[in-house]
Amino acid sequence: MQSHTITLNINEESHIVTVRAADTLLYTLRGKLGLTGAKPGCLNGDCGACTVNVDGWPMKSCLMLAVEAVGKKVTTIEGLKKAPIQQAFIENFAFQCGYCTPGFIMNCHSLIEQHPDADDRTIKEWLESNICRCTSYIEIEQAVKSVLKKK
Amino acid sequence: MLPFDFDYYKPETLQEAVELYQYLDQQGKQPMVFSGGTELITLGRIDLAYTEAVIDIKWIAECKVMQVSGDHLLLGSTLTLTQIEEANLFPLLTKTASEVADHSARGKITLGGNICARIFYREAVLPFLLADSQVVIAGPDGGKVAAIHDVFHEELKLKRGEFLVQTATESRFIRAPFFSVKRRQQWETGYPLITVAALKIDQELRVAISGLCPFPFRSKEIEAAINKSGQSATVRVDGALAVLPKPILNDVEGSAEYRLFVLRNLLIDVLAALDGARFR
Amino acid sequence: MEVIGKSVIRKEAVDKVTGRAKYTHDYQKIPLLSGKMVISPYGHAKIVNIDTSEAWKVPGVRAILAGKQYPLTGEAIRDRPPIAVDKVRYHGEPVALVVADTPAQAKTAADLIKVQYELLPVVNSPTQAFQKDAPLVHERLGEYKKEADSHPVPDTNIATLIKIRKGNIEKGWAESDTVVEASFSFAPSDHVALETRCATAEILPDGNIIIMTSSQAPFMVKRLIADYFGEDMGKIIVRTPLVGGAYGGKAPVQLEVLAYLASKEVGGKPVKILNTREEDILTSPCHIGLDATVKFGANRSGKITVAEILYLWDGGAYSDKAIDLTRSGATDCTGPYNIENLWCNSYCMYTNHPYAAPFRGFSHSELSFAIERTMDLLAQKLNIDPLELRYINAIMPGNTTPTRVRLNKSNVGNLQKCIEKVRGLIKWDEGPVTVLNDRFIRVKGVSCSWKTSTIDTDAPSGVILTFNRDGSINLMSGVVEIGTGTKTILAQILAERLKMDVNKIHVRMEVDTQTTPEHWKTVASRGTFMGGRAVLKAAEDVIHQLKELAACVLRSPKEDLEIANSRVFLRDDPAIGLHFKEIGYGYKYPNGNTVGGQIIGRGSYILRHLTPLDPETGAGKPGPEWTVAAYGVEIEFDKRDFTYRLVKAATVVDIGRVMNEKAAIGQVMGAMSMGLAFAGRETFYFDELGRVLNPQLRTYRPLRYGENPEYLVGFVETPQIDGPYGARGVGEHGLMGMPGALGNALSTAAGVSLHNLPLIPELIWKAKEANK
Repeated sequence: MQSHTITLNINEESHIVTVRAADTLLYTLRGKLGLTGAKPGCLNGDCGACTVNVDGWPMKSCLMLAVEAVGKKVTTIEGLKKAPIQQAFIENFAFQCGYCTPGFIMNCHSLIEQHPDADDRTIKEWLESNICRCTSYIEIEQAVKSVLKKK
Repeated sequence: MLPFDFDYYKPETLQEAVELYQYLDQQGKQPMVFSGGTELITLGRIDLAYTEAVIDIKWIAECKVMQVSGDHLLLGSTLTLTQIEEANLFPLLTKTASEVADHSARGKITLGGNICARIFYREAVLPFLLADSQVVIAGPDGGKVAAIHDVFHEELKLKRGEFLVQTATESRFIRAPFFSVKRRQQWETGYPLITVAALKIDQELRVAISGLCPFPFRSKEIEAAINKSGQSATVRVDGALAVLPKPILNDVEGSAEYRLFVLRNLLIDVLAALDGARFR
Repeated sequence: MEVIGKSVIRKEAVDKVTGRAKYTHDYQKIPLLSGKMVISPYGHAKIVNIDTSEAWKVPGVRAILAGKQYPLTGEAIRDRPPIAVDKVRYHGEPVALVVADTPAQAKTAADLIKVQYELLPVVNSPTQAFQKDAPLVHERLGEYKKEADSHPVPDTNIATLIKIRKGNIEKGWAESDTVVEASFSFAPSDHVALETRCATAEILPDGNIIIMTSSQAPFMVKRLIADYFGEDMGKIIVRTPLVGGAYGGKAPVQLEVLAYLASKEVGGKPVKILNTREEDILTSPCHIGLDATVKFGANRSGKITVAEILYLWDGGAYSDKAIDLTRSGATDCTGPYNIENLWCNSYCMYTNHPYAAPFRGFSHSELSFAIERTMDLLAQKLNIDPLELRYINAIMPGNTTPTRVRLNKSNVGNLQKCIEKVRGLIKWDEGPVTVLNDRFIRVKGVSCSWKTSTIDTDAPSGVILTFNRDGSINLMSGVVEIGTGTKTILAQILAERLKMDVNKIHVRMEVDTQTTPEHWKTVASRGTFMGGRAVLKAAEDVIHQLKELAACVLRSPKEDLEIANSRVFLRDDPAIGLHFKEIGYGYKYPNGNTVGGQIIGRGSYILRHLTPLDPETGAGKPGPEWTVAAYGVEIEFDKRDFTYRLVKAATVVDIGRVMNEKAAIGQVMGAMSMGLAFAGRETFYFDELGRVLNPQLRTYRPLRYGENPEYLVGFVETPQIDGPYGARGVGEHGLMGMPGALGNALSTAAGVSLHNLPLIPELIWKAKEANK
């Protein structure tokens, strides 16, 4: 029982993986599936670099066990198909070192899907979940708003 | 990275969960009831939590309830704080819970997990303390419904093998005017320096506090002082400060003296917001 | 100018938004062993016993390194055992290293190692370290191997002393009418790069040592490991892919040494060490702390005539880069003001704190807080507008620096212009205080900074250019892409020089010390300057080769040829010419005969005329140029609660020339954000045992979305004549003035002089209480 062979739905594909019950979703994505877009930054739910999308909502994949993800739809940055927020990040210079970027983009992407009419307060509430140490956040704000405006 | 292994169980009924716990406990597995699981993961990785068996209760129907039943709002213990926020059936709870951790984390942190947390702020309990809520607890002696005041003293006093299933809150409290504010060491993110939640019912103020002591509380003595009629706000607040529980936290978030300074101003704000007693 | 100044999208942009960009920890292979450290829980303690017997029983454990003497390491002084022996000197110091098959096994085993300690008295601040009877952090300081310009004092906690003596102090005091003196203090803090440090090492049967590391200094890794352990330098191959934030923190060499030792212990198998966030904060080097005393004398018109400055830097348990930080702080000790009579002692002190790495600004944001707060105190005492005081004392061509470098129109920017521009940006003339109501006020504070980059006098940079058969060019430089976009700017410089489409230039992102020409370290805002000069030289080399071959094929004198749009052509008849793709690999005549060959461009650059500092007076040329900047911060302050909100932050920097507009603005805004976080919230909290009480991001809190102010950025362009297209370094400058400007705004707002960081409401409350 300490290891489980489970089926995970990741980026619209089924993957059969064997995991320890104690393995986090982040560890499984990176270590078993080679999906290294989600980054470890603190493994403590504090920084948001590992954010993926679970059933349409942002999830810090270091705070979720892989076994908890059974039956859920997991989307990682690798599964985004030219989402407008990706191009918006490029055009607005919304990243520098790029390490927080996949997590930030996944959170922004969920926000845009869940709250296409998000106001400043909602944007702030959602985006304060991720730390970016390089930019000033203004660039990220501009990127998100440029996509929300188009919606 | 959790350095220890555990078995993972997904019971589908309360009874199954209770029996599993007893069985695993007898096996010496140090079973842990798990809903959001964020504390197991974050404390486990630094060797402050350990288990050999996880009982994940979020697949049990009763634990996922979110409904108005007669005159009561029922909230399941495994609802995430985000689910509670988005539904917004209890605005004081929405406001207080929405200051916990951060938005993404609140998509994993559950109501029961926060109320039963080892990290001692447990801010989600404050609204229930103010609203004289009831809690539904499952356990080896069968289920029980208890007044929160009977089972929550600094923390939820659960017997071995018991776990929180639901809260039940009367709708008159849910409609009552409220005030909730979280003050941090600096700016708008981080643990509380002081969180104050307040509610006005039957012309009386109720106040519950987290971050002042190493536990959240509601105090009859404080409320008696705050509600003293015919006295100025300052006198009432001074009265409240004289009857605080102990110890006052003195840590990296702030010194005990500074916390008292902050609390004083926040209580004045409570009075201004809910009592109309303007004070400058 | 076709490409310079344009907001060219960075070359690795698509990789970064699709999750395909790879950082050190993203490279996985099988097998790859995991290293896990056991770290000291105390600031200062004797190691009595280490028991590894239980740990060895964990399945998958392949090696445990503990209690063994390895050669001492450290850049300026060899004072640091890679793994502690005999005693630990800081909370977080590695005491043992477990190597196991999986990270979980390594962690399980590490938890089972029992270390017995005996507590020693703790040196908990540089001021305490400076006391005569202070406990010693290093008892055998006199015996360590060291660089010639490190000056440790045996039987004390002084790792080095840098003296600056300029002019005549007595004369300066005699000329002054007003004197201010103030002391300032703040504890160490952290860089918080989102990517925690990570290194892997593998030793192949032929003796090649392959290291991959998230580092700003892969070439230094190669040199130091060769030096420390007697390995052949040519057999050490260091690879650095993209780096997830660095800010100076990844310039020191630490995990690479541990990974190397671990791999050696398991017969050369590959071993990876990835810091947890807690280890990254505690174990790896941090952001330096400072205790400072500043004394200024000024005449009635506000001209500063004299300064006496004492800096006690909190170097932590090991000197490593702190010695250079101490020197750099001395070099620019006065801030950007012309002070003819100067005395400064800058001490690097050993304490029982985590040891210091460079931090964006390299000791300048720290000293600026002390200097800029003192400037405001002086302005107050003189009753002069604080911005005006800075204007009249602003450093200018013709002045000399503290180390007596004569400034000219090229090697220093125009500070007065920066001040004037910031005055407009923050609407200073509206006055520093605006009353909103009886409780809330809006308050502004200002500051200035300057900085030269004190780097090794022989620090090199090199570039290689190769052609593809379609005529596009590959650019290889040893500059590490740490997020600054420097590699893209190098491509812009090349495109500008060759007048070609920047999209036809391909940049190699990864650095490999075996095949990439050396760039000393990607630090000190020097990537664009030094790498850029090397690119220009490589471009000249390519131009020469292209024209030489084209001259032959086109039967034309070389002088008649021009290069643009990936072609070499006749100046007077551009239709006659050759595309790069026709000559990049030699020119092939119709009959198959080929002349010329593969064109490979090479360029290098080394800074000129730098000298070490004179040990008695500090005289010497520490760096090539001084970038200057002026700043403003506006806050909304609650007079009842002493809380505040950041409203605006402004930086005007003399950038020499804007190379990539959006990237430059992004660098300055990002630096301001980091500076405000440092000034307003970030610090280590120590207990009496020297333990850091907040080594997690939930208790050590960088700025978050929405806590930021509005940012205003302005540029002045005074070209540095020897910089590529006149550019100056800019990566650090947005940060440096933030602590001073915020401290000044809050001191004005609260009506009480603030002398510590971080500027949290409780600090203000305490100052008010003390003033009651």
